[in-house]
This record gives sequence, structure tokens and C-alpha cells, in this order.
Amino acid sequence: MKDRAQQIQNILEASFHPTHLNIEDESWKHAGHAGAKEQGGGHFCVDIASDHFAGKSRVECHREINKALEELFGPIIHALTIRVHAPKV
Amino acid sequence: MTDTVQQQIEKLVNDQDIVLFMKGTPQFPQCGFSQRVAAILDSHHVSYASVNILLDPAVREGIKVYSDWPTIPQLYIKSEFVGGCDIIVEMDESNELAELLAPFKNSDS
Repeated sequence: MKDRAQQIQNILEASFHPTHLNIEDESWKHAGHAGAKEQGGGHFCVDIASDHFAGKSRVECHREINKALEELFGPIIHALTIRVHAPKV
Repeated sequence: MTDTVQQQIEKLVNDQDIVLFMKGTPQFPQCGFSQRVAAILDSHHVSYASVNILLDPAVREGIKVYSDWPTIPQLYIKSEFVGGCDIIVEMDESNELAELLAPFKNSDS
């Protein structure tokens, strides 16, 4: 399902107005693994840059992204890799 | 009920300088993300306590509440939540982790 990544993208764009956003569906790398099957969700990798994250700690940035995507965890997202680029302050 | 689990977690976190909540054990990790963080800690030659959350459903859910963090693994240093796999990998690459772990390095390495 290609549009799972699109759903993630829509939410992140609306929440953080990123200056850079790349979402990779890495589910194929984990096709055999148990958790992925049970829950159905995929493995995604998000690479995001936004002014929104300026001056925030890594933990804060990740928390905000996880909160924004909360409703997708389970059916859509099984595992999420996040890389945040915050502007230097 | 929840209070007891939260107290139990607090005790685990405070008991040791470095505590890793993970799926499986450092020797037999059950998840690639947990494996990665355990391998990074090993590469810094520090001793750490690991908690296999797969053995305790209450801790598995409770730790997510404790740290307001939805995923495992979770690394704590001096009782403070440092991050999950992505953050530890980034901090390792940028040498921040080496600085953070320096006081806990095993003397024989």
C-alpha cells in the first residue's frame, strides 16, 4: 500500500510545515519479522527538517512527531525511524 | 495498580547508572532496534543494566507512560531518559554519547 507513506506525509506537513521531508517505506526489509505481521503496520523512515524544531531537544522533537502520528501507530505504522534536522539557534 | 508499576520502574531506573529497557537481552536481542542500542553501548565499554520488557507486560506498557515515549528500546543514564534507538544512533555518530558515557567507562578498556 503506497498511500500509507502519503498519510504520514500529510500529517507531518500539516503539523510542522517542514522545509524538507522524506519518507521511506522500509517494510520490505522486515517482511519476515513477527511484529510486522501481527500488527499489519509497516516500517517507515522519516527524515524531516523544520523551523518548528528550533531550540528543542531531540527527545522533544521525537515526542512531537510521535504525538502527531499517534493515530497511525498500529494499523499503519509498526516501527518508525526518525531523523530530525533542526535549525541551529 | 499503575502506581506500583511506575514505582517499580522508577526503582529500576534509579538503581544503576545506565539502564536499557529492551526487547530481549543484550546477548539475545529480540528486535533490531534493541540490538542496535545494546551494540552501541557495548562498543563504548560501559556496564549497564538491561530490562527485558517482553518478560513483563506491565513494565512494557508502564515504561511508555513513565517516559512519555511510545517505543522500546529506551535508554536511561543517571535516571534520566536519553532517548530511543534513533537518538542514540545520532548521539553516537556525533560523539555526544561518548561524552555522556565517559564517566562510566570500564577501567580495564
